[in-house]
Amino acid sequence: MSSPAQPATHPAAHSAARTGGRDVAVVAFAQSSHTRRTDQLSEVELVMPVLHDVLKQTGLTANRIGFTCSGSSDYLAGRAFSFTMALDGVGAWPPISESHVEMDGAWALYEAWVKLQTGEADTALVYSYGKSSPGSVRDVLTRQLDPYTLAPLWPDSIALAALQAQALIDAGLTDERGLARTAVRSRRAATGNPHAQLRGSADVDELLRRPYEVEPLRRHDCPPISDGAAAVILAAGDTARALNANPAWIRGIDHRIEAHQPGVRDLTESPSTRLAASAAGAFDAPLDAAELHAPFTAQEIVLRRALDLDDRVPVNRSGGPLAANPVMAAGLIRIGEAAALIHRGEADRVLAHATSGPCLQQNLVAVLESARGTGGGTR
Amino acid sequence: MTTAAELLAGIPGLAGVEPVTRVTIPARLEYTYSPGSAQTRFLTALPQKRLLAERCPQCTRVYVPPRGACPTCGIATPEQLELPHTGTVTTFCIVNIAAKGLDVEVPYCYAYVLLDGAHVGLHARIGDTPYADVRIGQRVEAVWDERRLGPSLASISHFRPTGEPDADPESYRRWM
Repeated sequence: MSSPAQPATHPAAHSAARTGGRDVAVVAFAQSSHTRRTDQLSEVELVMPVLHDVLKQTGLTANRIGFTCSGSSDYLAGRAFSFTMALDGVGAWPPISESHVEMDGAWALYEAWVKLQTGEADTALVYSYGKSSPGSVRDVLTRQLDPYTLAPLWPDSIALAALQAQALIDAGLTDERGLARTAVRSRRAATGNPHAQLRGSADVDELLRRPYEVEPLRRHDCPPISDGAAAVILAAGDTARALNANPAWIRGIDHRIEAHQPGVRDLTESPSTRLAASAAGAFDAPLDAAELHAPFTAQEIVLRRALDLDDRVPVNRSGGPLAANPVMAAGLIRIGEAAALIHRGEADRVLAHATSGPCLQQNLVAVLESARGTGGGTR
Repeated sequence: MTTAAELLAGIPGLAGVEPVTRVTIPARLEYTYSPGSAQTRFLTALPQKRLLAERCPQCTRVYVPPRGACPTCGIATPEQLELPHTGTVTTFCIVNIAAKGLDVEVPYCYAYVLLDGAHVGLHARIGDTPYADVRIGQRVEAVWDERRLGPSLASISHFRPTGEPDADPESYRRWM
């Protein structure tokens, strides 16, 4: 492993991969074709084909996986312990080592990565899913806010994102045209992604003639409402090399959280993203691409600033969450898409980002590399 | 224990203020539940008094109600079959506490009924018999509620004894 350059802002460069932990890679990734509604499918019927796809890519079966971790939310399903039904699609017999996070699957991946670091498992199946269609996701997401002072106001996810966008515009960091350019670029990139829900876009001038959804955000600034699922397989060391000719090695991964109250944060900045990126080694060497979990156009501006990403680094070649946003899976999909670029030999060093909470409250950053990557190749 | 009023008394500016001890914040979210393909087939067959199940192609277990997947094998269960209305009690209890919103008089008998040909118990009530006589291995049949026939398990009022000899324990021992 090469000697890391000084992190841009923070000395906390202590991710396990950078301190001699186990080498762990993403060796397979699968996702559903995301759509607005999947009324004909139960959760397990939505998830199971994705699980079969990701297992088939590696030739593994569920009973040969060392650890299984999933992410989903009962608030989307409107039902307690909803993840246990999706577990039917895994084949959890004889009983498997299994865990679940009530979070985006990116955090399930983090837990699985920790499990592999302990040496208790050599492989992990990570999956997540979100069916937003049974309820009103704008209202559902208000329930994650402070229950005494904020949730009673029902500030929906678009209203909160609009506050953030207006703060950015007022700070002179972007304008409505800049936001529209992000929307156009994302949805046109998605024309190459058969899993995306929105592919292609009208041009900027036409978008700017359309009405506001919540000023200053127009419909194109907002993510689609999606039902979908994703799955990833992690493997350590030689197991990873045996399962994939081009493993996407996780060179660093970290997540940080900010205050729960959006009102106490400067919404134009994302210090948690910057800290996580620094700890994950994102600033140590140039990046070939980035997959950012920015459901709203303005949030990409915030993240680019936190990550020092300029226009030389392609962002969201998959189309990103503006093209498909299955809540609870969209962050895991960023890691999967980043890994897929390395699996296909299209990139050697890719940053993947996932977010949770209102206005980018919590952020996870992973740096993935091919064996040729600047992290030192096959150690 | 220190009361809220005593705590406030120690805070400058809040002494003597009426403490907030309760807030009521109503919240309501509405969902349209999608049971999925397998359960939709099961539910829509109930008004015709048909019990549809699915068989796992790998372990051959038969699931009712079907969920579209075999939880043991983790694969789809595309083979559908119709089960008879008869089965065997594999476990039961006597409920003496009235459940909220359930229009049933207590005490009542709640049981697992292993429908003939199935490998998982169907949740059901046992009726038309003294509860002291209910037993594991007892043979029972479905009693349909003609007034409530619809896409719901409420279409089955309860199960009642058939009067047949008890089932051979070997026939249900693995599926209790």
